[in-house]
Order: sequence, then C-alpha cells, then structure tokens
Amino acid sequence: MKEYALMMIGAALVNNVILARFLGLCSFMGVTTRIDTAAGMGLATTFVITVSSMADWAVQTYLLAPYGLGFLRTVTFILVIASAVQFTELTVRKVSPSLFQMLGIYLPLITTNCAVLGVALLLVESHMNFLASTLFAFASSLGYSLVMVIFAGLRERLALAPVPRLFAGPPIGFIVASLLAMAFMGFSGISTG
Amino acid sequence: MWGGAARPVVLVGQKVLKGQLLAQSQVHISAPIHAPVSGRVTAIGEVTAPHPSGLGLAAITVESDDTDRWIETDPVADPFALAPEEIARRTAAAGVVGLGGATFPAAVKFALGKRLAVHTLIVNGGECEPYLSSDDRIMRDFAEQVVEGARIIMHAIGARDALVGIEDNKPEAMAAMAVAAAAFPEVKIRPVPARYPMGSDKQLIETLTGKEVPADARAAEVGVLVHNVSTCAAVYKAIRLGQPLVERIVTINGAAVAEPGNIFAPLGCLVDDLLAYCGLKEVPARLILGGPMMGTLLLHGRVPLVKGASGILAFTAAEAAVPEAGPCIRCGSCTRACPMGLLPLEMAAHIRAGDLDGAVGYSLSDCISCGCCAYVCPSHIPLVQYFSHARGELSARERARLRTEAGKRLAEARLARLERDAREKAEVAARRKAERTAAKARSGTVKPEEETT
Amino acid sequence: MWIAVLSLTFLGLALGTLLGVAARYLAVEENPLEAELQALLPGSQCGQCGFVGCAQAAAALARGEAAATLCPPGGRAVAEAIAARLGIKIDLSAVQDDGPLLAFVAEEICTGCCRCSKVCPTDAIIGAAKQIHNVIREACTGCGACVERCPTEAIGLLPVPVTVPHWIWPKPAIT
Repeated sequence: MKEYALMMIGAALVNNVILARFLGLCSFMGVTTRIDTAAGMGLATTFVITVSSMADWAVQTYLLAPYGLGFLRTVTFILVIASAVQFTELTVRKVSPSLFQMLGIYLPLITTNCAVLGVALLLVESHMNFLASTLFAFASSLGYSLVMVIFAGLRERLALAPVPRLFAGPPIGFIVASLLAMAFMGFSGISTG
Repeated sequence: MWGGAARPVVLVGQKVLKGQLLAQSQVHISAPIHAPVSGRVTAIGEVTAPHPSGLGLAAITVESDDTDRWIETDPVADPFALAPEEIARRTAAAGVVGLGGATFPAAVKFALGKRLAVHTLIVNGGECEPYLSSDDRIMRDFAEQVVEGARIIMHAIGARDALVGIEDNKPEAMAAMAVAAAAFPEVKIRPVPARYPMGSDKQLIETLTGKEVPADARAAEVGVLVHNVSTCAAVYKAIRLGQPLVERIVTINGAAVAEPGNIFAPLGCLVDDLLAYCGLKEVPARLILGGPMMGTLLLHGRVPLVKGASGILAFTAAEAAVPEAGPCIRCGSCTRACPMGLLPLEMAAHIRAGDLDGAVGYSLSDCISCGCCAYVCPSHIPLVQYFSHARGELSARERARLRTEAGKRLAEARLARLERDAREKAEVAARRKAERTAAKARSGTVKPEEETT
Repeated sequence: MWIAVLSLTFLGLALGTLLGVAARYLAVEENPLEAELQALLPGSQCGQCGFVGCAQAAAALARGEAAATLCPPGGRAVAEAIAARLGIKIDLSAVQDDGPLLAFVAEEICTGCCRCSKVCPTDAIIGAAKQIHNVIREACTGCGACVERCPTEAIGLLPVPVTVPHWIWPKPAIT
C-alpha cells in the first residue's frame, strides 16, 4: 500500500510529466490561457491516459509480449490512444459543446500528445502489474492536470500584469514555466525513507 | 444617475416670476424645474453641462430683473392633516430632489418607502465629503426647518421614528438640532464618528442601525430610508411655504477662494459668478463641483449650479497637484480603505487588461466611487477613473445589447407582418378567383341551375 | 509476420466497431451552437456580412467558416458576445466600430418614393408616397439597407452624437 502511495506521489509530483519529463508541452503552452479550459483539457487527458494505459497494458501483456511483436508496440499503442481520444472527443462534444469549442484543435491533438504515449511506454519499461500501472498512469495524468491548472492560473494573472512589450505573450509564458519547473524540482528532495 | 429630461413649458421672451414652472417632468424618475429668479426667458438651448466632458446640455436661460418677485405660493399650515400621497405630489411638483448629491427625486423615494413599509427615516447629517460644510450650516441655522421637514417626510412614508446621524465633529449642529427636536421624541439625534464616507447611505445605515444593506438592494428593503438634512429643509419649504426648489446652500471653498463660506445660491447661476462673489485670490488650477472625493471636475466656470452640487471648490495648483501614477505594488492599502469591502486593485487590474466582466466579478457594481482607494494609493493610481471608465463602457454595452434586442423584435414583427400581408393577399386573390369561376359557372350554365331550382 | 498482420487487423476492427457504436449513441442531434449564435445576432437580416440572413451567418459561424467579427451593425458588443460563446479570442481592434449609426433623411432631396421604407428590416422609416420620409431613431439599427436603395441619395448614416449621460470617462493612460 505504502509503495503504491509513494509511487503515485512520485509519478504526480517528483517525476511530473510536464515539468520533469518535458512531455506534452504543446498543450501546456496552448490551452492554458484560462483556468476552466486548462481544467477541461486536464480532465480529458486524464481520462485518455488512464484508459489507454489500461488498454495498452492488456495489449502488451497478452498480445505483444507472448508473440514477440515488440516492434509493433508504437503502432498499436497509437492505435489504442487514437481510439480513446476519438471516444473522448465524441463524449465532450455531446456533454459540453462550449468546452469542445474552447479546446478546439487541441482535443484531437491529445492523440499526438507525447505525454500519453510517453506514459504508456514508461509503463512497459517498468514491467508493473495491472493495478500498479493503472495507478501510475492515473497519478501521472493528475500531475499533468495539476500543472496545467497552476500554469493557467499564473497566465491569468500575467494577463493582468503590465508586462513590458518585449516580453508580452509567449516569452513571459516560457519564463514563468521555467520558474514553475524549478519550483517542482523541490519535490525531488522529498525523502523516501 | 441621469433622470428623464424635463420638457420646457415657457417660450423665449416670456416674463417669469420666481418659482414659476419652467420645465415639466415627463417620466417617472424626473423632476420639474422652476425659475430661480423673476425676469425674462432669454434662451432655450444648450449650455455647457457641469460635467467633466464639457458637453452641452439643454437649458433654459432666464435673465433676472433684480426684483425677485415670487409667484403666488400655496402654503400649508398643517402638513400633518394632508394625506401622504398629497405630500408626495406637492414634493414632486416642487422639484425637490436629494440634495446630498444623488439628485434622486424625493417623491419617488417617498412612494418607495411607503410601498416597502419603511419604519425608520434616517436623516443624513454626516457631511458628504471633506472641505464641505453646507450640511453643518443648515443644521446650525435652520434646525427647526430640518426637524419639521423630517417629520413631514415621516408622515409621508409612514415611518415611526427618525434617526438624525450627525458626525461628532459638529457639536454646534448637534446642539442646535437637539434643541429643535426636543419637543419631538420620535426624532432622535445620534452622533456618528466623523469618518469619510459617513455621508454615504449604506455606511450611515450600518453605523446607526447595525443593519447592512445587501448588494443590489435598496436601503428601503431593510426598512429604512435616508434623506439628507438639506433635502429635509427643502421639503419643509415645499410643503409649509409652498416654495419650489429654486435655491440651495453651497459651500465655496478651496485655497484659491478669498472668503470661503456657505451661501444660498439660486440654482442655475454660473459657478464663475459664485466664485467672483466670494472673491478669488488667484486663478484656480482646478474647479470641482461637489466635494473633492466624488465631485465633478469642471473644465471651466461658465457652467450652471445644479441641484445636487453641495459645494464649489477652487483649488490652487499646489492643492490640486496629482503625482504621476506608478505601477501597483499590491500593498493592499486600497482594500483596507474600501468602505464597501471590495478589492480595488483587482478590479483596476482587470479593467486595465480590458477584462470588464472580470471586474464585474469583483463586484464593480457595488463600488460607490467614494475615492478612498485612490486617496490612499501609494502609487497614485487613478483607481476611480478606471471604475468610471468601466462603468461607462458597461452601460454602453448594455445599451447596445438592448438596441440589438429591440431591433430583433422589430425585425421579427416586420417578417410576421409581411407574411400576414402575403397570406391575406393570397386569400383575397383566391376568393376573387372562386367568385369569378362561380360567376362564370352561373352565366355559362344557367339552365342546370334553373333545373335544380 | 501473419500474427502481426492479424493482430493489428483485429485490433483495428475491434476498436473501429467500438467507436462506431459510440458514435451512434453519442451523436449530437443538431448543432445547438447555431441557435444560440443566431440569438446573439441582431436578426435584422440586413445582409451586410455577406450571408443572406442572420440564420445563415449563424450557421457559418457555428461551422467555423466565418469570423466572429462578421456583423457590422452589431459592432463590438456582438463580436464580443460571439467570441465569448465560441470560446475564441478575437482582435477587437479589427472591428471597425464607430459607435452606433443612425439613418437620417435629407428632407430637401427626399422625393417620397417609399423605396427605403420597404427595405428597412425594422420598419424604422415612416412616410407615405409623395410624403417626406422620416427615421424613427429608436427603431433604426443603422444597418444601411436604405442608403443603397435611395434613388436621390437623400438617406445617409450619421454616428449617434455623444451626450452627457452617454459620455464615457477615458481609460487612464498607463505610464
């Protein structure tokens, strides 16, 4: 139990997908102008990462590993992820048309969000069991959502600040992102003992 | 803030007496205007409005004949024998509005108080702003008028008692009012701390009754109604003497004025004339109608005195100096100073970024524009100007929205009309055709018809 | 080799079927956006956006084929409302909004031909044949449909003059 908890904290904070592994940066910069959009994106990605990781675990364990089809891993994983994204898109469109409009191109782009494939590939390499891998994927995506929301909050404040024109827009966004990443580096000092 | 404009009932060249009706109110929130002097109407047109824009406003110009002959008035010996509705009618006809600055028609407030069963009348003797002392003067010199006016208002709205809130830095006013109210136990004099903005409705109500008026609610909804002491005196004059509101007390102050003081000035006289009457030591660097915190900046002194102006301030350059605004350092001084408990720094930041809805989310609509935040701001940020700008933009947006909606309704009505017209035309055509074929059938086949008959 | 082909085919078919079923159950019957957008537009069917009417413009907006700033009579207010509904950011400086406009009739040129009153989408022009027409200011949306129809160029558009109650404090300049 304690191991699972530690692993989840590690996945969410210490090895944060965005700020420690630098995955999923396009959505990190793209849809974080408003908190509600970022939270919506976080939720959608959480769903996709969790579901696709479960499916990918099954594909890896029952199909790719027994038949020695490791070379097909990326292709099949992308296939699974794309289906999960398509399903999410259908759901979001049905449930919340305004969120659908706000996420725009970034919703289908979850497919190519490297965070999703990255988490699935990490799971394969770590050889975890089903429960552990699901929890790991869920924690990673929670970490992703957390950073998205925090950064969106910062950018909402930035929009109000009198930023010098030279830095206005993406430049100040990147500077703030780097500061946030440095703040998250503090988590790696947490003692596991 | 702006009621419906009144419609002139006099002609250019006409002779008028003091107190004669010049313009009639047209809509509900509106007040009539009476001649402040006897004389001749010389113009009906535009004059510069007492407004920072310096734009024109419709006005009637009366040239005085220096005799000040009153029109025949209709005094009432015992106002308490009149029906409340009659008092409201007479007050409305006399053009009495809130003289504290809001210039809301007093009679409309009476009707509101009556409808919402107000039990307490609050008489506002808390001076609106620094520099001004007109309310103090009214209470010291015309305490009987204020008390009687307050009792007439109580009768008009059916209130049981009246609380007169007087700031504790006005001992003479309090003494005079205590003497005047001695015979009337229902009129209670209450000292309130001298702290700006004590003259604001919501703050005074909370200090006197302990009740907080909710946001988006009127004072009458917590059972109280607030009237300024000058308004009470004006109601007294309107009912007991039958005199309409044609003059008001106004404080002339500021370092540029040679002999500052309070004077009774006829409404509509030019600010320049009033300043000349008190004497100017130097050319004022800044002219303000009203108080220094919430008053109206005047571009020049050739504007008329209006009903809501409790003061005219002529500041020297040293007094009016505004340091250059710096960036917000988020010290929170404005938050502590705000009497409404708002976050001025957040509202201003949102407005600066063009996010008006964000500012509304921080309760911009509850801001009373008292100016406390801008006064304490160490960076001298013109916070109130941000809020005024945002309010103007928001109301313009609201007007545009209403316009669009009205246009849409009209467009739909037109489509419906066109459809109806087309249908009716088609029906008429069909009927004619039927008639024609029937007629043809009759003329063509006469025999069969005869056979059948 | 065959296992790889088979397994990928199987996976693709299975996931495709799943999605097909999901699409059937989660189908969006009609685009609710369109109706909402149409409610935001002025509805005067003036055609200045290039579409036949406001319904067509709303449909194009919902499909993402038209800019949120397409409506000239709606000006900045409508553009903002549409952008908020679509969740997009627009450059409001691109919207030329000289404030509301009103039509006026030059009485000395008007011949009383009634053409303008027939095209006015809000019935804002009154006047019978051979009578000088006039514009009801409260009803005019400033769409300009009448301006093009007037054979004598007696109708023009003028900005609504700023009056004291409508004056807006300027935004403080940032130092």
